[in-house]
Amino acid sequence: MANPTGWKPSTGEGAAAGDDLAVGAGLATRGLAYEEPLLFERASNGARTGVSLPPASGDFDPARELPPEVLRPEIAELPAVGELEVVRHFTRLSAWNHGIDTGFYPLGSCTMKYNPKSSEALARLPGFANAHPLLPPEMAQGALELMFRLERALSEIAGFTATTLTPAAGAQGELCGVMMIRAWHLSRGNPRKKVLVPDTAHGTNPATCALNGYQVVQLPSGPDGRLHPETVRAAMDEDVAAVMITNPNTLGVFESHIAAIAEIVHARGGLVYGDGANLNALLGVARPGDMGFDVMQFNLHKTFATPHGGGGPGAGPVAVSEQLVPFLPLPIVIQEGARYRLITDARERPRSIGRLREFHGNFGMFVRALALIREYGPEGLKATGQLSVLNANYVRARLKDVYDLPYETDSLHEVVLTDKGLKPTGVTTMDVAKRLIDHGFHPPTVYFPLVVHGALMIEPTETESKDTLDQFIAGMRAIAEEARTDPGAVKAAPQKPVRARLDETRAARKPILRWRPGMKVE
Amino acid sequence: MRYHPHTEEEIREMLAAAGAKSLDDLFRSIPPELRLKRPLAVPPAADEIALLAEMRRLAARNDTGHPPFIGAGAYPHHVPPVVDQLLLRGEFFTAYTPYQPEVSQGTLQSLFEWQTYVALLTGLDVANASMYDGASSTAEAVLMAGRITGRRKVVVSAAVHPEYQRVLRTYLASTHDEIVTVPYGQDGRTDLAALSRAVDGDTAAVVIGYPNFFGVVDALGEAAQVARQAGALSVAVTAEAVALGMLKGPGELGADVAAGTFQSFGNPLDYGGPAPGFFAAREANVRQMPGRLCGATVDRHGRRSFVLTLSTREQHIRREKATSNICTNAGLCALAATIHLSLLGRNGLSELARLNYARARMLRDAMQRAGFGLRFSGPTFNEMAFDVGDAEEVVARLARRGLAAGVPLSRYYPDDPRMKGALLCVATELHEPELIETFAQAVRR
Repeated sequence: MANPTGWKPSTGEGAAAGDDLAVGAGLATRGLAYEEPLLFERASNGARTGVSLPPASGDFDPARELPPEVLRPEIAELPAVGELEVVRHFTRLSAWNHGIDTGFYPLGSCTMKYNPKSSEALARLPGFANAHPLLPPEMAQGALELMFRLERALSEIAGFTATTLTPAAGAQGELCGVMMIRAWHLSRGNPRKKVLVPDTAHGTNPATCALNGYQVVQLPSGPDGRLHPETVRAAMDEDVAAVMITNPNTLGVFESHIAAIAEIVHARGGLVYGDGANLNALLGVARPGDMGFDVMQFNLHKTFATPHGGGGPGAGPVAVSEQLVPFLPLPIVIQEGARYRLITDARERPRSIGRLREFHGNFGMFVRALALIREYGPEGLKATGQLSVLNANYVRARLKDVYDLPYETDSLHEVVLTDKGLKPTGVTTMDVAKRLIDHGFHPPTVYFPLVVHGALMIEPTETESKDTLDQFIAGMRAIAEEARTDPGAVKAAPQKPVRARLDETRAARKPILRWRPGMKVE
Repeated sequence: MRYHPHTEEEIREMLAAAGAKSLDDLFRSIPPELRLKRPLAVPPAADEIALLAEMRRLAARNDTGHPPFIGAGAYPHHVPPVVDQLLLRGEFFTAYTPYQPEVSQGTLQSLFEWQTYVALLTGLDVANASMYDGASSTAEAVLMAGRITGRRKVVVSAAVHPEYQRVLRTYLASTHDEIVTVPYGQDGRTDLAALSRAVDGDTAAVVIGYPNFFGVVDALGEAAQVARQAGALSVAVTAEAVALGMLKGPGELGADVAAGTFQSFGNPLDYGGPAPGFFAAREANVRQMPGRLCGATVDRHGRRSFVLTLSTREQHIRREKATSNICTNAGLCALAATIHLSLLGRNGLSELARLNYARARMLRDAMQRAGFGLRFSGPTFNEMAFDVGDAEEVVARLARRGLAAGVPLSRYYPDDPRMKGALLCVATELHEPELIETFAQAVRR
């Protein structure tokens, strides 16, 4: 593998002892890492501050008006440091993270693609960043037009009639979708009791159903990893409100029987919910709205490259077919002549399920998503779908002789491999994941989907080059080889990051969830 | 396409390795009748120069020349540039949920710091790693109270942010909890006598704004006591968290849960989102909390480390028995708030709160000189409602001058005649004394 710096470790190749000096397939070695205490643990002097504010002037005294029992003195436990100390603190902490900007991040079903920098510049334009959500509409025409255009684009991309932008993340989008399904059934007299969910589903699907008072019926996927029409037919009755299907599913497999399944569900008066977590594979190639889905959530932070931010913010717009439009949550952006406005009054939409959050949604993410759609255009969107699938299939082809491929079925945007073939060596999926870190890669999603024992779910995304994939493939192959020749070295991983194999049991048994003076973790 | 690094030759090589004849061939598992046979009808691709110009034109059509005098759940504050510059470090920005703690200690330790800040400001024991926003956090607090008490009735002050109330109704719609709304008095505080009558042995939660939607510092301590006596949980809702630099934490006044948003720390208005929702509770209820929790532990070599914990509450383990379906939250927004709070520090937080309080007194005095009195007599922090006669007319007239005047309360309380001329306005460190004077004069016309 390429090693442009030409630097070679002085100790033996792959040896566990000197391992922190070895160059990984992803070119990882060690940098200068600091032990950084909590900011609360720094010697702090109350006189220090990292902000510059004008003095509070005028005739005021909080004690004159506010009841004494609610006034608080300074919070003694807060740190007090200067600006540079804050900058160093967070800069050092950031260095302990692996991000997409650092290296390959094939976390399956999370679609860790490159987040364009120009989108960040755009989201920070003062006209967007400083716009108050309750500005009179005549002062916010740019924001409203942007939302309108994004709504139109998303509806077209997924093949639905209309899209609500408000849900704050994919899981809230699911909640919104299932609420609309329930409201639709209620409007026909009976909310029904159950929702069918395949065993390959994300955990959010059953959790969402429970929040809506629905009982979850788990459907087994077939030997090819797909949901089969006869399975759905057997479970489908007049108590079933909907089936929730992720397509392509979490095995990266297209649910080819989707049209037949939708027909079965529709024939018994049910609706079909689409979890759009894996929409990336279908961009410009196929549209869920054309396959029989009635409602689907997007994950803008996956498909449309808005930053994942260490766990959000996301954005989970929900697209619906004609019959669900009256139930869309508020607000709804509309165009009237050359003017845009929000419908916020329930009297204009009496069948709306209501509000899911304050204001209008994660607008900052809308700016970034529309920017990406504008930069791609129709051809770029289609190429995104195609290249995401090409990358996954390339990785699959190059790894399936060394890692077990539990399903021979065609893969789309991601491939699931397992540790089955490594069993005699004692090396597990978790060990492989940790060893990948030493090579300079973020591990794939592990032990998910639950139907696959020891799953390694790899989603490269379209923004990764063949060179990067080749490096990753070399790393994965090196680990499989190492598992046979020196399993102890794999089990000893990771060697390079600042921490290794955390004691999660202990964290849960005696939870320490905040700093307190004198905090000790031993 | 700058984000697609593949050359034609590489595509050919990769297709050959994958055993596919063409890119289309990769999609053979999609039945032909389900494939799209035309290009998507979205506008043609824009190059970066055109894209920036187009988006700048849109941004320019939002009038943000002056800081708005609108609060009502989203507060205009100064975000020091250092916050954003640290936030933009790609290691934070382009990471995801810290599933692999060895390569996520930066995210995890800063989450631990966020949880500590939220706990300290709210005066409660523990806080989670963030929520979508204040409204859904409030709804989750009520759902948690239902799980803990086994009861299904909720008592909500009418002075809680009306959009939060609306979200609560949406979240509870399918589980059929009874929601009782308690009125407010002339002082803009929750009517405690009515609250006492409404709360009974079936009540799971009592929800009070702190400060409430009218900017009034509500009777949280008294309300929490009413809740406690009935065996219900009290939920304090805070949208303007800068107030917690001057006002005691809800937990210190007896609240069991604090919910709301820390948007005011380090997060721009962004036309309403994203912003970091927060959720804090007492230690005893930690296993019923929604959302992610970061905890301290040690690694294989005994070094202190941080990790996501108590995940058996969560959807990816518990599925339909999870405490919530929340997954992705508002991590980066929470980081922005954490950085800003770190800059402020012990002194700076108090100073910022006092500055906001002082500017709001200036606004009140200027409005009084212009002939406009307060709608409510209760104590306020940095936001208050004025009687301006025709509030809608004022908003429309000031908009033409590029001033965002405030929110007419009759929009949210159409049935209350007291709200007819009420305009809810805020003043923060961004509103300079001259602008406040100009504003008050403009309201008068």
